Amino acid sequence: MSIWEYANPVKFMRTSGAVLPWVAAAAAVSLPAGLLWGWLTPEDYKQGATVKIMFLHVPAAMMAINIWVMMLVASLIWLVRRHHVSALAARAAAPIGAVMTLVALVTGAVWGQPMWGTWWEWDPRLTSFLILFLFYLGYMALWGAVENPDSAADLTGVLCLVGSVFALLSRYAVNFWNQGLHQGASLSIAPGERMSAVYKYPLYLCMAGFFLLFLTLLLLRTRTEIRRRRTAALLAREVRA
Amino acid sequence: MEPLLSVRGLAVSRGGRRAVEGVDFTLSAGQALILRGPNGIGKTTLLRTVAGLQPPAAGQVEADPDAIAYAAHADGLKAALTVAENLEFWRLVFGGPPIAAAIQAMDLGALVQRPAAMLSAGQKRRLGLARLLVTGRRVWVLDEPTVSLDAGSVALFADAVRGHLAQGGAALMATHIDLGLPEAQVLDLGPFRAVGAPLRSRAPASFDEAFG
Amino acid sequence: MIALLMRDLRLATRAGGGFGLGLAFFLIVCTLVPFGVGPQGGTLALIAPGILWVGALLACLLSLDRIFALDWEDGSLDLLATAPLPLEGAVLVKAAAHWITTGLPLVAAAPVFGILLHLPGAAQPWLVAALALGTPALSMLGAFGAALTVGLRRGGLLMSLLVLPLYVPTLIFGAEAVRRGAAGGDGTTPLVLLAGITMAVLAAIPFAAAGALRVNLR
Repeated sequence: MSIWEYANPVKFMRTSGAVLPWVAAAAAVSLPAGLLWGWLTPEDYKQGATVKIMFLHVPAAMMAINIWVMMLVASLIWLVRRHHVSALAARAAAPIGAVMTLVALVTGAVWGQPMWGTWWEWDPRLTSFLILFLFYLGYMALWGAVENPDSAADLTGVLCLVGSVFALLSRYAVNFWNQGLHQGASLSIAPGERMSAVYKYPLYLCMAGFFLLFLTLLLLRTRTEIRRRRTAALLAREVRA
Repeated sequence: MEPLLSVRGLAVSRGGRRAVEGVDFTLSAGQALILRGPNGIGKTTLLRTVAGLQPPAAGQVEADPDAIAYAAHADGLKAALTVAENLEFWRLVFGGPPIAAAIQAMDLGALVQRPAAMLSAGQKRRLGLARLLVTGRRVWVLDEPTVSLDAGSVALFADAVRGHLAQGGAALMATHIDLGLPEAQVLDLGPFRAVGAPLRSRAPASFDEAFG
Repeated sequence: MIALLMRDLRLATRAGGGFGLGLAFFLIVCTLVPFGVGPQGGTLALIAPGILWVGALLACLLSLDRIFALDWEDGSLDLLATAPLPLEGAVLVKAAAHWITTGLPLVAAAPVFGILLHLPGAAQPWLVAALALGTPALSMLGAFGAALTVGLRRGGLLMSLLVLPLYVPTLIFGAEAVRRGAAGGDGTTPLVLLAGITMAVLAAIPFAAAGALRVNLR
């Protein structure tokens, strides 16, 4: 059996229906556990208690980018192989990604205020997240504006492709424009700059929690989209009969 | 003789729903085919599919894409340009024959220097049809070509179609009125109306088909 | 292709305000900014590169919906799609016509507006070069946005939302080149990057825009 079997709406509904409760339960356990563990970590000698914002900020930022990548992959699958579920999954992911971006921006502002003495700084990382947020808004607006779902899926797919290239381009362009205050990646494979294990493990758990939360929401929203398309199709058939 | 246009098992969908399905016909040089059918059955959609503007939901359209000239309700005329400029532009784009013959055929001689904005609806329509002549293409796909034409202009148009057929062209038209083209065949789309649920295919053509 | 370019240019001149309107808008922006930030030459000179670029961006944006909307309404776009000319070529030509009617006048008039905003003389060549290299990308990306929204009744606002984020890299490098020039430095690096973006956009975006147009025509 190939993975493309799941592109069949009926199969997708059956499988996702079976998986959803488990994913939801795993998210419901890991996310509060991770956040609580993060809350109980000792205060940083330099940053104090504010370092704990990290447990919201870093996973949200990570998911904001990953969700866009997932949308890009789903859009490509739709454009190349015309699997309808894929297009609906991309549509379903966009608002989640937009909220994650917003969470990353807001928690970043709250973190930045005591650290840098300002709520907002036109720093490359912050700026590129703002731009990413705009791309999410445009993508969702285009889905909402085009009435014919087939055209909407095609147009948003093309927009996602072009948008991805420009989001990446903007990411490096803003580097050129302003060097910035933001620290480097919080987690890095390079030796020497690893954060201490006290923070690392709860952060991993939070990341897993955010990912599971996204998966839960994505499955839920995709199922809703599929049902909505199905009611629209049935309604259309009734009107014609 | 090799047909200029052959349509096999064609199904088209409009707004995600199948309109007509199982349509078969061929057009060879010198043939005209008139599509009939009630409003909303999908004549326009079928013609747009044949013209290559939209993909068929099922079946095939076989034709040289550089052989088809499409004309619809909207004539593609620019109000700010004169009759001659409009025609000359489309001639250049399609690389067809000079515009003088087309102007004469559609009796536009007196209007050549007039901006399209000042033409009446019927005159615009005639200009739109003259555009077909300057494309130099062999298969005309026409959607309601005689809307807002008076009796005399309809006769002019019928002459133009006849001349086109005589030169080895073909025409596919959707129209309700009698064009005075007794040699044209008529295809009634009524029996091809798509009925019931489409078969669940491996490659649904639209969201409504995928989730119906 | 030349026929299409000539037709679009002719239409722009006949319909009135084709060339002038973008310039007039640019002039208004450059007139209003000093009212907003005060008449001090030093402040104005500092923000002039940004104002000039943002003004160029907005002037370009305002005329974007005309690229395809009129041709879509009167059926020309259907006919172009069935013409021997590939739709990608038609898109490129229409973007070029848009650039000639809005971008090119801005490039030519930019030094005058630069003087209005106290842009240092050393930055003037950089401004002209950056606008000349950057505005074609603005027109081409705008054509992409216009192609995405061509069938929509009120696509104007949506188009701005789709197009403006795409303008970010062009704006950054374009304004940076002028800023470096104003500071007496060398703006070659951002200028080269700007030219690179424009070339990539001109090479790739016509395909995306033509794809979007085909979807909207069905």
